[in-house]
Amino acid sequence: MKADDARDTGATLLSSSAEDANSGALANQPPINQSRRYFLIGATSTVAAAGAVGVAVPFVGSWFPSAKARAAGAPIRVDISKLEPGAVLGPIPAWRGMPVFVVQRGEDVIKRLETQTENLADPDSARAEQQPDYAVNPWRSKRPEIGVLLGLCTHLGCSPKYYGSVQPESFDPEWQGGFFCPCHGSKFDLAGRVVKGVPAPSNLEVPPYRFEGNNIIVIGEDEATS
Amino acid sequence: MRQKLASLSLQLLLAVAASLVFAGANAAGGSNYPMEAFDADLEDLPSLQNGYRLYANYCLGCHSLKYQRYERTADDLQIPHEVALEQLVFTGQLIGGLMTTAMDPNKAKEWFGAPPPDLTMVTRVRGPEWVYNYLKTFYVDETRPFGVNNKVFPNVGMPHALLELQGVQREGCLQVPEIAANGGERRDPLVAGQTITHEQCGLLYVEEGTGLYSAEEYDAAMYDLTNFLHYVAEPSRLQRQRTGVYVLLFLIILGVFTYLLNREFWKGVH
Amino acid sequence: MSDSSSQPSSNKPPHAGVRFMEWLDARFPATETWEYHLSKYYAPKNHNFWYLMGWIATVVLVNQLLTGIWLTMSYVPDGVNAFASVEYIMRDVEYGWLLRYLHSTGASAFFVVVYLHMFRGMMYGSYQKPRELIWLIGMAIFVVLMAEGFFGYLLPWGNMSFWGAQVIVSLVGAIPVIGPDMMEWVRGDFLMSDITLNRFFALHVVALPLVLVMLVFVHFVALHHVGSNNPDGIEIKDHKDENGVPLDGLPFWPYTVTHDIHATVIFLFIFCAVVFFAPEMGGYFLEKPNFEVANPLKTPEHIAPVWYYTPFYAMLRAVTYPLLGVDAKFWGFVVMAGAIVVPALLPWLDRSPVKSIRYKGNWSKWMLGLFVVAFFILGYLGTVTPSTWATILSQVCTLIYFAYFVLMPWYTRIEKTKPVPDRVTSL
Repeated sequence: MKADDARDTGATLLSSSAEDANSGALANQPPINQSRRYFLIGATSTVAAAGAVGVAVPFVGSWFPSAKARAAGAPIRVDISKLEPGAVLGPIPAWRGMPVFVVQRGEDVIKRLETQTENLADPDSARAEQQPDYAVNPWRSKRPEIGVLLGLCTHLGCSPKYYGSVQPESFDPEWQGGFFCPCHGSKFDLAGRVVKGVPAPSNLEVPPYRFEGNNIIVIGEDEATS
Repeated sequence: MRQKLASLSLQLLLAVAASLVFAGANAAGGSNYPMEAFDADLEDLPSLQNGYRLYANYCLGCHSLKYQRYERTADDLQIPHEVALEQLVFTGQLIGGLMTTAMDPNKAKEWFGAPPPDLTMVTRVRGPEWVYNYLKTFYVDETRPFGVNNKVFPNVGMPHALLELQGVQREGCLQVPEIAANGGERRDPLVAGQTITHEQCGLLYVEEGTGLYSAEEYDAAMYDLTNFLHYVAEPSRLQRQRTGVYVLLFLIILGVFTYLLNREFWKGVH
Repeated sequence: MSDSSSQPSSNKPPHAGVRFMEWLDARFPATETWEYHLSKYYAPKNHNFWYLMGWIATVVLVNQLLTGIWLTMSYVPDGVNAFASVEYIMRDVEYGWLLRYLHSTGASAFFVVVYLHMFRGMMYGSYQKPRELIWLIGMAIFVVLMAEGFFGYLLPWGNMSFWGAQVIVSLVGAIPVIGPDMMEWVRGDFLMSDITLNRFFALHVVALPLVLVMLVFVHFVALHHVGSNNPDGIEIKDHKDENGVPLDGLPFWPYTVTHDIHATVIFLFIFCAVVFFAPEMGGYFLEKPNFEVANPLKTPEHIAPVWYYTPFYAMLRAVTYPLLGVDAKFWGFVVMAGAIVVPALLPWLDRSPVKSIRYKGNWSKWMLGLFVVAFFILGYLGTVTPSTWATILSQVCTLIYFAYFVLMPWYTRIEKTKPVPDRVTSL
């Protein structure tokens, strides 16, 4: 034997063990070509491993959203003609079945969103993945008075509640109106911007949407995706 | 192309093997009308698209394809979604929706005695050949409630939905050429060019000028319609055969290695 | 490993791999198990084609378990939605069609392989001492497999599923006195229904797979305790070298393994050819009426069980005479059940001094040949619509089937056997 180490670790993989090599059915067998055996085991294992990856494809692939899930997640139309300033629609199971808020904001709220930014973590919507480009503005929406927000807290996915009025609340005596998550206490303003010092790391997501005429919002698609 | 050939020859091989193993079983049942052969072609997109159009216009009103989605059909047949939504999807239904009918099943039962069956997998239940022949063999029969009967589905409980395309088809007796021993038509030795004919009954013929389509056009349309139904019955068929070619090629490569491995270990054994 | 003492001892500390194995072996019998079942488990060197089936059956079992678990993720066990959920798998779920065809083809492949495996045992006398228990466990696996297939066949909730299950459950009704009540008990309803579907689902996906896996495990344990039989039907343990290694044995690793791996690839080639190019197998693996949703008001025109039950189904139909005041339906049930379990008695029916068909007399050879022919004919007759000649033929074949077993104590004793060699011969 050339290398003792190789014998200790790998040789049993190639022949069974030393004593069989010259007894019974294996008596007088030609010298074993170790390197050829190593090569063949390696090559077969490599090809088989590639096959295993192929076998995994259907098992992994079948977990992605099916055509049914995608159909259920198709864009939906919301009528906002009856929505009063200060009122909210939602949470409605809208885009991909996820809860969506549609808020109607009055002049005072719009003004507040533009000026009260010192207590916000990301007042300028710098995180691009949280909203489409057209929502990068103080109101985070296409029209200042209509806000469309995904009602899933960016902390751990609970659905925040809407507290629209400026009044002392149990969780914040100086509440200026917005969203409050009952699970872990995250707070967002009426544009869905996260307040500093709460567990949620980023602003509420804005789904893609577009207006169809004055009173219909199509949630789930916009001019870029439709 | 080569891939298709490979998959075709494999299918052929398996079909032969299967028919040898299970020779003779599997009676189709029903009528003994001599069926015309049907050879589907799922790569013929214009045929499938035309079949889909015909189905949407003439069949989908009563017969749902409720296990299949519009979107899948449009994508597989390479029909843009806008076109599909405009021409092939019922108003108010979504592209991701199932291809259901708007018909009230209770009303349908009142009209036809039974609600019209869903046809998503009709070619898997009865075979594409049956469907093709069924579509072509409606004929006038005043004794039936809808005034028509069918050769491969005797006493069928539905009207001839494609009447305006095919025209009025009747059953009757016609002069048909006699076939000689060599397979050709027999000629009259006394009158040059004259074919010897005899009368044969139970044949179907279309009254000229009663349909929008000529006989050839109608046959082609029914081919497309059946081809489409064959697609809908198993929309993954082409993907299955394509994947299969790669899987088998891979197994051949793996087989070479396992063969060499096996030989290497066993060559010293006696 | 074992020969390290004969090597010149080195002062280097053992490297990490060796130390890890020492740590592990002190806590878990890793090396011991590897040696007992693989590197020092000796299989006869003359194993042939027939000895590959056990391994391939294991491969199919793994396929069924994996694809089955994945199908369960999208299947809905509910009378209203079951059929649609299968089509949902076929159309909407990514690669769902592949998972389903792997499972449905796997069911048929399982029976092909298991029938070949059982035939091997009958041919080479693998059920004889000291392997009676392996054979009995194997028979239990076979019966559970049949039940597993039956319960699973209801799940697609096609029209054939519905009526096939209805017919088989009605067999229970043939049992005198308690039959009719028992039928309602099995179904939980007065006809096959949603309730029946739910309990069959639980049995198919949880209860029987557990039983099956446990039985397969003890099948292996018993086998590795006594060692494999071989085509010569002699014990390789009778001739060992000075180290206690059977002279005609080869260690499972690497010799049996390299054989089995190559056989697996060849099997997978055939299996995948069916899965990808003929998953319906001309209506034998997936029956045409099962592409129509279950309809309690309309039986399919031609009703036949899946091919792997047809030999036994033909025997059920072959019984047309009432006996002892009990109607033929009951005796048909008895004959069918008897036909399924009677092979379990083989270890005690076979009185031959030799195991393998190679050294048995002409009687055994002819009877086994007739048995196989009868089994194939019954399998075919089970698929066709009954007719007078078919009934007579199936009665003859049923007699042959049972004669093989019932007459065995007699013909294995009177026939002249050939001398058995001392050591195994070639393949």
